[in-house]
Amino acid sequence: MKARVTVTLKTGVLDPQGKAIEGALSSLGVEGVTGVRQGKVFDIELAHTQPEAAQAALKDACERLLANTVIENYRVEILS
Amino acid sequence: MKAAVVTFPGSNRERDIARALKHASGVAPAMVWHADADLPAGTDLVVLPGGFSYGDYLRCGAIAARSNIMAAVQAHAARGGLVLGVCNGFQILCEAQLLPGVLMRNDRLRFMCKRQHLRVERADTAFTHRYAQGQVIDVCIAHGEGNWTADADAVARIEGEGLVAFRYCDANGVVSPETNCNGSVNSIAGIYSEKRNVLGMMPHPENLIDALVGGTDGRGLFESLATRMAA
Repeated sequence: MKARVTVTLKTGVLDPQGKAIEGALSSLGVEGVTGVRQGKVFDIELAHTQPEAAQAALKDACERLLANTVIENYRVEILS
Repeated sequence: MKAAVVTFPGSNRERDIARALKHASGVAPAMVWHADADLPAGTDLVVLPGGFSYGDYLRCGAIAARSNIMAAVQAHAARGGLVLGVCNGFQILCEAQLLPGVLMRNDRLRFMCKRQHLRVERADTAFTHRYAQGQVIDVCIAHGEGNWTADADAVARIEGEGLVAFRYCDANGVVSPETNCNGSVNSIAGIYSEKRNVLGMMPHPENLIDALVGGTDGRGLFESLATRMAA
C-alpha cells in the first residue's frame, strides 16, 4: 500500500522560508503569486492490506515523528 | 559531581562541554553514546551538546529526541535530575517535549555565528546561582534555527512562572528588537522546565571559559552546576 503524508505549517506560524521563496518568485517575474507556505511531503510504502490499519499507523507516525504538532498540521492520503 | 554528556551522530560540541565541566568541577564527565539504554549510575547532570545530530534531517533534533538514551534522560528529568541542552541540545529537549515550544529558522534566514550578550533572568537556580540576577554575560551564538516560539498559552505560562532563563540583550542589558538576534518570542535565549531542573539554551557558554579564547563569562554556569552538585 502506498500513502502520502503532507506536513504544513499551521496558519499564523511565521514561515520565513516561504516568504523568501515568494520574494524570489516575484523577482523572477512570476505573476500573481500572493503567498507561499513551504511544507514537506513523505511518500510512504506500507505492508498493510487494510486502509484503516494503514491510516492508524500513519497517524501514529505523524503524531510521534513526522510532524511537530506545536507548529505543524499533517494530512494522510492512501494512494493505492 | 557526576555528569554525563550524551553524544549523538553529528554532535560536535561534546568535547567542549566536557572540558568546561572538568574545568569547573575537577572531574571529567562520563561520555554516553545515544544508542545506550542507561545513564551511568548516580548521574546528577545530563548534558545534550550542540552540533547537527542526524544532519538536522526532518527537523533539528527530531530524530535524536527519539533515540534510545532519551528514555533514560526523560526518566532522569522526571526524578528531578538536572538536564542541560545547549544549541542542538535545546532543540532536542523541545522535540522530546522536555521543554515547551519549538526552535524555528532564524527570522533573518541566516546562520548566526557571533558574540552575543545575554541577560541572566534569575540567579536562584542550579544553573545560574554563580551569576547575579540581571547580570549581562557575553557568550557566543552559532545557529540557524534558534528562533524559539510556542503557542500563546505556553508563552504566558513561561513568562508568568518565571521560566525564562536568558534573554538576548545589548551590553547594558537592554532587551529590544535590535538585540533579538533570531526572532525568538520575547527575545528568549533559554528556558527552564516547570521545576527548573531542565535548562535549554541556544547560546554556547562552553565557548567562553578561557580568557585565551575571548572571555570567561560562560564559567558561571558550569561553576553553578559544579558547586550545586558538590553539596
